[in-house]
Amino acid sequence: MKKDFTITVYTEDRVGMVSRISNIFSRRKINIEYLNTAPSEVEGIHRFTIVINESLEVVRKLLRIIEKQVDVLKAYSNTDEEIIWQEVALYKVSSETITEKVKVERLLNEYGARAVAIRKDYIVFETTGHSEESKKLIKFFEPYGLIEFVRGARVAIIKNSHGFHEKVKEFEKKQPTENFETTEVEDDKAVFSL
Amino acid sequence: MDTLTAKSPEDKTTDKKAEKISGSQAILDILIREGVDTIFGYPGGAIMPVYDALYNYHKYFNHILVRHEQCAAHAAQGYARVSGKTGVVFSTSGPGATNLVTGLADAMIDSTPMVCFTGQVFAHLLGTDAFQETDVINVTSPVTKWNYQITNAEEIPEVLAKAFFIAKSGRPGPVLIDVTKNAQTQLFDFKGYEPCEHIRSYRPKPLIRKKFVEDAAAMINEAKKPLVIFGQGIILGKAEKEFREFIEKGGLPAAWTILGLSALPSDHPLNVGMLGMHGNYAPNVLTNDCDVLIAVGMRFDDRVTGRLDKYAKQARVIHLDIDPSEIDKNVKADVPVWGDCKDTLPMLTKLIHKKEHAAWLKKFRELQKQEFEKCINVELNPTTEVLTMGEVVKVINELTDGKSVIVSDVGQHQMVACRYAKFNQSMSNVTSGGLGTMGFGLPAAIGAKLGAPNRTVIAILGDGGFQMTLQELGTIMQNKIDLKILILNNHFLGMVRQWQDLFMEKRYSFTDIESPDFVALASAYNIDSKRVESREFLKAAVQEMLKHKGPYLLEVKVGKENNVFPMVPQGCSVSEIRLS
Ligand SMILES: Cc1ncc(C[n+]2csc(CCOP(=O)(O)OP(=O)(O)O)c2C)c(N)n1
Repeated sequence: MKKDFTITVYTEDRVGMVSRISNIFSRRKINIEYLNTAPSEVEGIHRFTIVINESLEVVRKLLRIIEKQVDVLKAYSNTDEEIIWQEVALYKVSSETITEKVKVERLLNEYGARAVAIRKDYIVFETTGHSEESKKLIKFFEPYGLIEFVRGARVAIIKNSHGFHEKVKEFEKKQPTENFETTEVEDDKAVFSL
Repeated sequence: MDTLTAKSPEDKTTDKKAEKISGSQAILDILIREGVDTIFGYPGGAIMPVYDALYNYHKYFNHILVRHEQCAAHAAQGYARVSGKTGVVFSTSGPGATNLVTGLADAMIDSTPMVCFTGQVFAHLLGTDAFQETDVINVTSPVTKWNYQITNAEEIPEVLAKAFFIAKSGRPGPVLIDVTKNAQTQLFDFKGYEPCEHIRSYRPKPLIRKKFVEDAAAMINEAKKPLVIFGQGIILGKAEKEFREFIEKGGLPAAWTILGLSALPSDHPLNVGMLGMHGNYAPNVLTNDCDVLIAVGMRFDDRVTGRLDKYAKQARVIHLDIDPSEIDKNVKADVPVWGDCKDTLPMLTKLIHKKEHAAWLKKFRELQKQEFEKCINVELNPTTEVLTMGEVVKVINELTDGKSVIVSDVGQHQMVACRYAKFNQSMSNVTSGGLGTMGFGLPAAIGAKLGAPNRTVIAILGDGGFQMTLQELGTIMQNKIDLKILILNNHFLGMVRQWQDLFMEKRYSFTDIESPDFVALASAYNIDSKRVESREFLKAAVQEMLKHKGPYLLEVKVGKENNVFPMVPQGCSVSEIRLS
């Protein structure tokens, strides 16, 4: 059964990583729904957040192939229940119609939207949340003339993660310590997991 | 060639101060430090500074000028496969680099350690469509274990150290280093070279889980009908001895993939033959009869498994592999034994009981007999007038005693060579397994001869595949490479014709192939040669080829429409293997 998986990948900060990682998906004709990459909390290490709709079996195989890449430190996969995630969205709407017909006040309350730029001819709203909510807001704006819309890629915090600072130290060692060798969620065949 | 102690010709030992040297010189110094003495390459604009430096270093390296960059890569593969060392390639940017792609892909899928250097345009010209600029990093990313573009000479020591470490460690593979021309000429403070032993983001060997080893041993101890199937992992892990001890203690019949061939002597009593599409009858049929299937250093390629949903469904599967991404990829493992089999096999051997499995082994012998009567005898002792490929290989066996290196190309002759050639030494069979690259054979044999100079190297080629890289006769001529080239000429692209024969109602669509006069061609390259068309001259001709000092080409005309059997037709289960 296919569902959304959020794949988190920690890589060295190196030119060409996006293409090496995205190649793994495109080669198997797997569509990436969201891809976010930015520096992680650890200097020199990038964090990728990739969302795909696939079966657990395929995701497991992908994780191993991702981790096999020389410049990848670690990859995790999580279902929506296992993460706290957010997506930013921006909406540009004509000021004229929106102020005439809608109470901006109401909008802000009901959808948790925030006006981030107010100009004579347009207003830019921002929401942070899940895509279902932004979809509703798009619908809402449609009759008033939504000029432009953009959604940011998903970013996600893994509920049961203890962060990456300590783990990096283990990677620096030639052999990680035994007690770091724990089992991954839902994968009793985890290779070694930090 | 001098023996190599890392002293570059330019190195003035009296002057202790770190001297500025060029990027090109640093590359060559590092190659010496890495123990490289053979380079396969082809010069061109973007790599000329390296070649210029090589002019001073010629005493340290045997540089083989090939006739096409693809062949430099294949030669490096052949070299690596017989020597266990890392093959090294130089090529220029643009077309030189793209010509490497087939060789990289072949080395990637067959796990061959290789470091290829490509020249690149000046860093400030990157992305401008400069003359002979290709985005080689992106082009080769899917077919390299790792690649990197050097734009500043300061990066050279660290990047090259990583390159050699990555190529050789864990599951080996090709690495490509793209060096911009400015980095090659740039003078910098070369502060010395430290080989790499650890990269934090890279785990060449997964940690062994003792529990899995114990589970595997328990499963093997319970087994009544165990079958071991092994691949190149044994050879790459240099675990031939450990493997033998394992199967001998457990009384475990062992069958091989074509990349695992030669890891276990052909006449070993537990060697039950070849797996897969044109493999032996017994191991294919009994794959679907065994109760425990123990896969060692192999990756369940579809040419080995046939139809997956009917593959060994009755068996519990133990999979030993150094590459965790291979586990469960094609066949689900009940027990995944991660790790280098050099380490895991002895752990297993310790825990398994001494056993014989005589009745089970007898089953193999019975099926072997059936295969002998229906296929092997017909191939090796034909009563037809036309020569068979098998009888040629049989003559080689008789005259070389299983001691030579056999390099094959791709097609019917490859399957026949792998099926019938006898080996009593590891690292002796070189063939393009995963990619099935026609044209691989001749250049790979050049590399193999350089990698194993004291051994007889025989390239067994088809008339089609030979013509894909026959320009390498020039390389053989110029470097006087003592190679025995055996062309099994059936006047067809035989393997494709066989499929057309069996599955497409003999509609021979573009598979008949005309060839030049191979004997005349060889003589144009000053290579001694002969053609044999009948049985009575075969043995003497092979004898002459083997005795000849220097390169020799022997063309043997074989039956035009002979087919290779047994065969597991595509889409069929391994136990549906056909004997005719
Ligand atoms: C580069 C490449 N192109 C095409 C093929 C497909 N192919 C596989 S075997 C074969 C026929 C090989 O003919 P030949 O070299 O004469 O050997 P034979 O099978 O007759 O022994 C072909 C065309 C291939 N494997 N590699």
